[in-house]
Amino acid sequence: MSAFVGYTGRLTLNGLHATLTVCVLMVDTLYWATVAPLRGQGFRLKNAVSQFVEFGAHSLPIVMLICFLIGAIMAMQSSYQLARFGAVHLVANLVGIAAMREFAPLMTAIIITGRSGSAITAEIGTMKVAEEIDALEVMGLNVTKFLVVPKFIGMLLAVPMVTLIAIATMIFGGFLTSAVVIGLDASSYITQTADALVFKDLVVGVTKSIFFAIVICWVGVYRGFQVYGGAEGVGKETTSSVVTSIFLIIVLDMIFTVFFYFV
Amino acid sequence: MGMAVTSDTMVDVNDLVVKYGDRTVLQDIDLQIHRGETFVILGGSGCGKSTLLRNLSGLMRPHSGRIAINGDDFTAMSDNERVAIRKKMGMCFQGSALFGSMTVGDNVALPLREHTKLEPSTIDIMVKIKLELVGLSGFEDYMPSELSGGMKKRAGLARAMAMDPDIIFYDEPSAGLDPIVAAGLDELIRKMQHTFALTSVVVTHEMESVKLIADRVCMLDKGRVIAIGTLEELQKVDHPFIEQFFERRPDAYGEDSADYHESLTGDTE
Ligand SMILES: Nc1ncnc2c1ncn2[C@@H]1O[C@H](COP(=O)(O)OP(=O)(O)OP(=O)(O)O)[C@@H](O)[C@H]1O
Ligand SMILES: [Mg+2]
Repeated sequence: MSAFVGYTGRLTLNGLHATLTVCVLMVDTLYWATVAPLRGQGFRLKNAVSQFVEFGAHSLPIVMLICFLIGAIMAMQSSYQLARFGAVHLVANLVGIAAMREFAPLMTAIIITGRSGSAITAEIGTMKVAEEIDALEVMGLNVTKFLVVPKFIGMLLAVPMVTLIAIATMIFGGFLTSAVVIGLDASSYITQTADALVFKDLVVGVTKSIFFAIVICWVGVYRGFQVYGGAEGVGKETTSSVVTSIFLIIVLDMIFTVFFYFV
Repeated sequence: MGMAVTSDTMVDVNDLVVKYGDRTVLQDIDLQIHRGETFVILGGSGCGKSTLLRNLSGLMRPHSGRIAINGDDFTAMSDNERVAIRKKMGMCFQGSALFGSMTVGDNVALPLREHTKLEPSTIDIMVKIKLELVGLSGFEDYMPSELSGGMKKRAGLARAMAMDPDIIFYDEPSAGLDPIVAAGLDELIRKMQHTFALTSVVVTHEMESVKLIADRVCMLDKGRVIAIGTLEELQKVDHPFIEQFFERRPDAYGEDSADYHESLTGDTE
């Protein structure tokens, strides 16, 4: 019993400590991303751009491929069910709304977590193990400004943009399957999609993706700074970075879905 | 050697206590490092040499005590206030700590790019000069992973020298290097000190390099300073650990290590 109490107590304390650390990191990042550049304390624009390209442009091929396939799968699966009610034309609504509000943001976030969330943790962790973080500090360079802010800005731009492309690809996947495999009329599919989607769907999708970007970046950075020991520590934290990030993304998605259901 | 002791103190450490968690690693450290001297911190493995260096360079904040650098109380400063002092501080890490994602040239240029408003062409020239200083001219475009251990240490030194520091810290500069390369590095440390009137603080446990570079030596044991002075003075001190260290005798007193463990862990068993 006391072991259990001790265990839960420790878990709570650790959780609180992690939350506190992340909050400090957030405030610091926001300061160095917004206030500091205005005060002339510098902003590593080139670095942010290269991170944006790495997180965004380089993840496009795999994101587009996966989203195309998921669009196709959704069309096939739903046409099967909808056909029984003679409502096959509603495939367009289902694919369009699900892609925009749910699956494109979610898949994009998960793929970028796997590609870049892990890379962020590994990079910062390796730098920590090799005393490179200490070297920055001794030089009087701010670690947040130098390492975290470019990643944060890059991620904040990359995820929503990739999500937009993912939405289009997913809808296109559904469209192509419906037109070619299911045999729906192409032009009426397009008008059906256009009628089904409202601006709010896009707002929901993009809002989600912005929050997913924040989660991916901060979990990656936080886990990276948690690394201690050697290469082993880097591996451990990288794994846990991906798991934590995907878990938080799905929980957040759930919260958003409930929220937008009622709003 | 045995440079005249001046009253000009570069680093002044008073009653320093350092803990990792509940564990006291350094206790009652009092020492003064004079301007322009090479100050060697000697001691057995795990006695807290790196920890002392981390405190002197501000990478760690001590539990209590005071460190003044150039008369300014370094321990009481906020991180932002420390930046000014850090620009005049160089550090060579045990594992060189070059940024693996940048070329050697960019590593050396980084502090200049971040802290000065020099033209890129000027920075290029300064990088060339610094690399030449350590015998690495022509290696600007190499990645750190393409350098040998000794070359990495030299590149790390070039980076530490980039901002023309007043004080430089070395953590085991010759560890893991062959005797010839190690001797070359010792010579380099000496050269830097003479050419630039640099205050150097060197952590080492290689007696050979101590003989070559040290103006004064501080001997640490079990987290305490047990003697400070020139090497000759230290060799005359009557202390079992110092004698043992200089004669390279293996540990004979097992009960002492048990005491040490006790003092570290607070374990009374
Ligand atoms: N991050 C840390 N957390 C907890 N204890 C630590 C940490 N770093 C070092 N220690 C402990 O502090 C003591 C001193 O370590 P330090 O690295 O300063 O030794 P050192 O004299 O530099 O040894 P070496 O010559 O082997 O490099 C050791 O007992 C070590 O176990
Ligand atoms: Mg050490």
